[in-house]
Amino acid sequence: MSIAIKAENLSKAYQLGDFGTGTISRDLERYWARLRGKEDPFLKIGETNDRTRKGTNDVVWSLRDIAFEIEQGDAVGIIGRNGAGKSTLLKILSRVTSPTTGSVKVKGRIASLLEVGTGFHPELTGRENIFLNGAILGMRKGEIKRKFDEIVAFAGIDRYVDTPVKRYSSGMYVRLAFAVAAHLESEILIVDEVLAVGDADFQKKCLGKMQDVSKGEGRTVLFVSHNMGSIKSLCNTGMVLNNGLLQSIEPVSNAIGTYNQLLNRTDNITRILNGNLKDQLLFHKIWINNSADDHAVISIAQPLCFNIEGEAVIDFNRVVFVLAVYHAGVRLFTLREVAAGRALSGGKFTAAFNIKPGFLRPGEYTIALGAWGDTDNDWVWGTEIGMFTISAVWDNHIRQADEGIINAEFIRLNE
Amino acid sequence: MTEPGKEYWDLEIKPRTGLFDLNLKAVWQYRDLLLLLVRRDFVSFYKQTILGPIWFFVQPVITIIFYTLVFGNLAGIPTDGVPKPLFYLAGTILWNYFAECLTKTSTVFKDNTALMSKVYFPRLIMPLSIVASNLIRFAVQFILFVVLLVFYYAKGHMTGINMYALLFPVLLLLIAAQGLGLGMLISAVTTKYRDLAFVITFGVPLLMYATTVVYPLSEAQAKFPAYSWIIRYNPITAIIETFRYGFLGKGSLDLGLLLYCTVATIIILLLGTIVYNKAEKSFVDTI
Repeated sequence: MSIAIKAENLSKAYQLGDFGTGTISRDLERYWARLRGKEDPFLKIGETNDRTRKGTNDVVWSLRDIAFEIEQGDAVGIIGRNGAGKSTLLKILSRVTSPTTGSVKVKGRIASLLEVGTGFHPELTGRENIFLNGAILGMRKGEIKRKFDEIVAFAGIDRYVDTPVKRYSSGMYVRLAFAVAAHLESEILIVDEVLAVGDADFQKKCLGKMQDVSKGEGRTVLFVSHNMGSIKSLCNTGMVLNNGLLQSIEPVSNAIGTYNQLLNRTDNITRILNGNLKDQLLFHKIWINNSADDHAVISIAQPLCFNIEGEAVIDFNRVVFVLAVYHAGVRLFTLREVAAGRALSGGKFTAAFNIKPGFLRPGEYTIALGAWGDTDNDWVWGTEIGMFTISAVWDNHIRQADEGIINAEFIRLNE
Repeated sequence: MTEPGKEYWDLEIKPRTGLFDLNLKAVWQYRDLLLLLVRRDFVSFYKQTILGPIWFFVQPVITIIFYTLVFGNLAGIPTDGVPKPLFYLAGTILWNYFAECLTKTSTVFKDNTALMSKVYFPRLIMPLSIVASNLIRFAVQFILFVVLLVFYYAKGHMTGINMYALLFPVLLLLIAAQGLGLGMLISAVTTKYRDLAFVITFGVPLLMYATTVVYPLSEAQAKFPAYSWIIRYNPITAIIETFRYGFLGKGSLDLGLLLYCTVATIIILLLGTIVYNKAEKSFVDTI
């Protein structure tokens, strides 16, 4: 077997914060250093990408010294928490951005699907968009012509092929988009977590197609997903990333084990909380809809469940657990676990907050968590404990119309 | 992996590439994309309009009516004895082509962030497609110019068309290259600091007055002998003047100036392409 992809001390640094008048002098300084053949002074001091800890400078390594080899015909699942560097790695491999140091050598053509329907033009018909999208992904016209019927059949849009795609249902749109990308003739296929957007049937179909690609046609597949089930069924190798470092690359079932261990180890949230009770009332973990990953993606149709685990060092007469949800810096609401509070004896505790489905609009939210003790002066509180994203039915691009934060349907008084 | 030196790789992804590593071969491989993008721009321009492609004519027609009224009649700027609409149209269509290429190219990264941050294709394709799309627009407006030329000829006006009109393709190439090169230069610089984008929005309309669009070069030289060199060495001036000389027989023909303009264009285009190529590698991180 020959090597399809070979990465050598691959790193990618990002600059945090805003660009403005302050950054230009630093840019000049960096440029001057480079001009003299010296090392970039600002990259030397970068640190690993641990979002929960506030760093001392604003250069962060999204990937650091990654080295791996992928054999031809391998199906590799890339797993890790959000911010582990998965998307950055895919972006580098698909040449959307370039690495800060290191190199990747590739044998064969790469087709990457980082997002479904990139470059679709709403005014053009399905037929025109197949050609346009195919060309954007790197296909020649003749190639698309040859595959055209196959693409239309896979997407199941025979009847609508000459209708502008803006009149498509969202399901048809996403099926067509995936169909184009899946029919690319490339030796290497890179797929980001795009399948999360379709319905279950469609996801199955896509996974089936990807299985054909990797097992049937012997092409190399790189696949990012938070769904360990699809990783397990599709991939033979797993690559675990953690805080920008390559944790391991091993057979897929071992890799999933490694990932789960990482989750358990890193989920302690005690240290980001403040207040005079912070040493008496310890919060260990937060699960958002049973996901320990601190950035859950939740469909708008699902209820929201926050489960807290922690430990009380002393006995409390009264504790009110409080959870607040923020959107774009605005505190939307604050929810008490039990309005009047409850007594809590020392030892492990759990608390749960449940929210009806359909209340929040698609978008990103952060949560703050804490508790009041016996008096108003006893408290523990931490903001940005976790994040979650409410996803629209399939793709937030289509439904991003600004209708507000709260779903109006939710407040309608039905007779 | 015993002999890494002998390993063959199709692609190597590295932090930086050479200054002149423009990857033109890849651009050629993606030529179908270029054509499809041009088609997309053209088709989506008049989708759901009643007049359709006629809109391409409306803008220059109304523009020259106003120019004739304001600059010709109100301000009384002479037009070298050429019928005013014909004089203004000749300048306007060339200027519009340049201005459109420049402004559209200068925001190419910003306008296409969604696409470019998700999929790779040779980034040069985008500005090239802008220039090609606008060429169609220009061609339509050029037809209008020819129609007007024939109209005045039929009315018995001497058009004075001569063999310098054969330079037309060269002039077109020069003006496209200037718009493209300057636009790419600005688009690359604005990926991180947007300041220049503001300069473009008010600078391009103002630059038109430093170009011989609404007045002939001879007039500027007669009235502002001290400052007319700014207009003279504005590389677009030579193109418009040569165009007018070839098709209308009036205007100043200066082959030396045209040569200067060609050299300037090549420098702008080369510089623009190199800077653009550098910026495309990591603009996604800073835009």
